[in-house]
Amino acid sequence: MVTQFVPDTDRPDAGTTSARRADGDVLHVTGLTVEYVTDGDPVRACADVTFTLRRGEILGVAGESGSGKSTLITALTRLQRPPAVTTGGSIVFYPRDGGPAIDLVTATPKALRALRWTSLSIVLQSAMDALNPVMRLGAQFADALRTHDRTLTKDAAWARAAELLATVGISGDRARSYPHELSGGMRQRASIALALACGPELVVMDEPTTAVDVVMQRQILAQVLRLRRTLGFAVVFVTHDLSLLLELADRIAIMYAGRIVELGTARELYDDPRHPYTRGLRDSFPPLHAPLTRLTGIPGTPPDLRRPPSGCPFHPRCPQRFAGCDTDLPELVTKGGHSVACRLHEPTGRPDPVPDPASGPASGPASARTEGGAS
Amino acid sequence: MTATTPAPSAPVAAPEPPVLAAVDVTKHFAVRSAVGARSVVRAVEGATLDLHRGRVVALVGESGSGKTTLARLLAGFYTPTSGEIALEGVPVRQRRGRVERSYHKDVQLIFQDPFGSLNPLHRVRHNLERPLKLHHGVRGKAELDRRVRELLERVALTPAEQYADKFPHELSGGQRQRVVIARALAVEPKVLLGDEPISMLDVSIRLEMLNLLDRLRTEDGLALLYITHDIASARYLCDDVVVMYAGEMVEGGPKEQVIADPQHPYTRLLVESSPDPGRGARDRDALFDADADGLGEPPSLIDPPPGCRFHPRCPFAMDVCRTQAPPRADLGDGRWARCWLHAADRTITQENE
Ligand SMILES: Nc1ncnc2c1ncn2[C@@H]1O[C@H](COP(=O)(O)OP(=O)(O)OP(=O)(O)O)[C@@H](O)[C@H]1O
Ligand code: SF4
Ligand code: SF4
Ligand SMILES: [Mg+2]
Repeated sequence: MVTQFVPDTDRPDAGTTSARRADGDVLHVTGLTVEYVTDGDPVRACADVTFTLRRGEILGVAGESGSGKSTLITALTRLQRPPAVTTGGSIVFYPRDGGPAIDLVTATPKALRALRWTSLSIVLQSAMDALNPVMRLGAQFADALRTHDRTLTKDAAWARAAELLATVGISGDRARSYPHELSGGMRQRASIALALACGPELVVMDEPTTAVDVVMQRQILAQVLRLRRTLGFAVVFVTHDLSLLLELADRIAIMYAGRIVELGTARELYDDPRHPYTRGLRDSFPPLHAPLTRLTGIPGTPPDLRRPPSGCPFHPRCPQRFAGCDTDLPELVTKGGHSVACRLHEPTGRPDPVPDPASGPASGPASARTEGGAS
Repeated sequence: MTATTPAPSAPVAAPEPPVLAAVDVTKHFAVRSAVGARSVVRAVEGATLDLHRGRVVALVGESGSGKTTLARLLAGFYTPTSGEIALEGVPVRQRRGRVERSYHKDVQLIFQDPFGSLNPLHRVRHNLERPLKLHHGVRGKAELDRRVRELLERVALTPAEQYADKFPHELSGGQRQRVVIARALAVEPKVLLGDEPISMLDVSIRLEMLNLLDRLRTEDGLALLYITHDIASARYLCDDVVVMYAGEMVEGGPKEQVIADPQHPYTRLLVESSPDPGRGARDRDALFDADADGLGEPPSLIDPPPGCRFHPRCPFAMDVCRTQAPPRADLGDGRWARCWLHAADRTITQENE
């Protein structure tokens, strides 16, 4: 059946882009840039995106609507369609079996087909996008399983489909159902089971539980985590719900206007968010149990990427902007594994170091709002 | 940072009569399947709810639990199958399925979708002038201009002149939703019913809307019903919470008590399943520990489970739960739950309805 996952040790050189030494990593994304090329000016929906995904890790990607999350996901899985064009960067995939590294950006369609399902699979917000409405569930699973393993008989494939459905709490006899005969939550779970059918190393999920209720969401994610413990796949999990990612992800990347503006562990982002946008986003979720304070969200609205702001894309809404933020684009700088793209944190940025308002011992979502940072 | 709650919950003083009340309201829809079979969807069953001046009640529950149906009943868009809705103590009468226009002058409903509910062909100004003319007979350009400006300022769309002449598509989602609220306010209602009014908005701008709704309650003394599936935002805004499951109200009471110490097993499941940034970055496996067998589905409202509708998913279900609907048990301090675990005498055989 499935190979047992052997947890990898923490590599000191995680993050290196050397193809030969990436044994702890599944994916190195470097400088990825994706544009929508239409009649007008091209829209850069992913700009210079760089990150490393470790084996078995859950990387959360959070951002508001239009921040480029879905664009990133379709680029990673090479499912992007015109007018989206990858105009720069690389996505290097390192197979678990030690085979040669593959740059997905330049890989041939044939090479990509060989990876789909078995190495890399995707779950979308609407299960209907992944499931074929006129095929019984079992047949769809059998198709995927048999592309992976030609020797599998039809009966064996259907039996395996029933097993897979059971792992997400759907009784095996449902393999004979058509997708529309299932409830929304069941369909979503079926599409997750399908994505995991061939034991992929990487599963990319775009708002997989946004359309289901919180109770169902928690149950589905519990199944995903359980399966991940035995199968060892890595997950890129995209959502606008940062409060969910704080509970679910190992590390979180915050996207704003097509760029990663901060990347760190869930704890770092909660206790010590460095980017003013991250802090504002964290403080946009009222707590469920902690004492209530007045929250203000973030003034203004996310930018229109057809006309992106100059300099730091967050400067029109930033409470801490200072001279030069409207002209100079901050780079993503990594210190101690925690990356941030904000001039407040650039070594040569502001002459006087800025006290971090969130680093106090009692920092909580409410105590950490900065006042009058824009001076 | 100052730690003021959004609006200090009004002390539970001498109970003022409710502005809007639903008493044992039920709504059944007759439906016909593709093959022509008739059936009945029991969308709302025996709902009782009071909305008071200057207070916010949050109605929470999963999709399909009947929240929107109840909102539409309260707004006068549906006729109850049984039960009564009363505005300031006066039962609402309907003629040929319609309430009188004056009812809509007092009770306004705002929808989830800030895109669908404005007339896209008309500027913001026109969208706001219409209710002013219709419900208040405001005439004259100067007076209309003044009122439109006032409305836009109340929802913090300033400078007002700049927004009045925009078309809906020229506004962001948050701005559009504020226009929708301004239009509801143009009518000068006593009750505002918000059906998931912020769920389509970007996270960073939701707070602005919640703070705006809060101001309408404190400054204008509106009675508010806030429908949501997001308990954390309900706690932020409301005074009282009512939880719905499968068409029935299962628990209610002051928000802090209901959320911190749920008494109905469904409320407990709902609260435990909700992400809480405050407990984030803790032991992940403990936070996501449901097993595959626990995957329950909300029941069909055409053929709901007998007895307690939650019994097929309830870890505490007893024999009585499978056959008899639990009575509403008063738990003191304005709290109540509809669950056999709280029924004073579990041998009661008489149904509470
Ligand atoms: N087919 C398209 N043609 C042109 N522009 C597009 C297209 N699809 C997306 N865009 C633009 O690319 C940017 C990023 O969009 P994307 O869908 O990746 O954002 P997102 O973060 O997934 O948003 P959401 O949270 O709403 O799903 C937006 O400005 C969007 O308008
Ligand atoms: S670079 Fe300047 S404008 Fe951008 S987030 Fe940092 S302080 Fe704010
Ligand atoms: S009445 Fe019974 S089944 Fe229903 S919630 Fe209470 S214990 Fe559970
Ligand atoms: Mg998206």
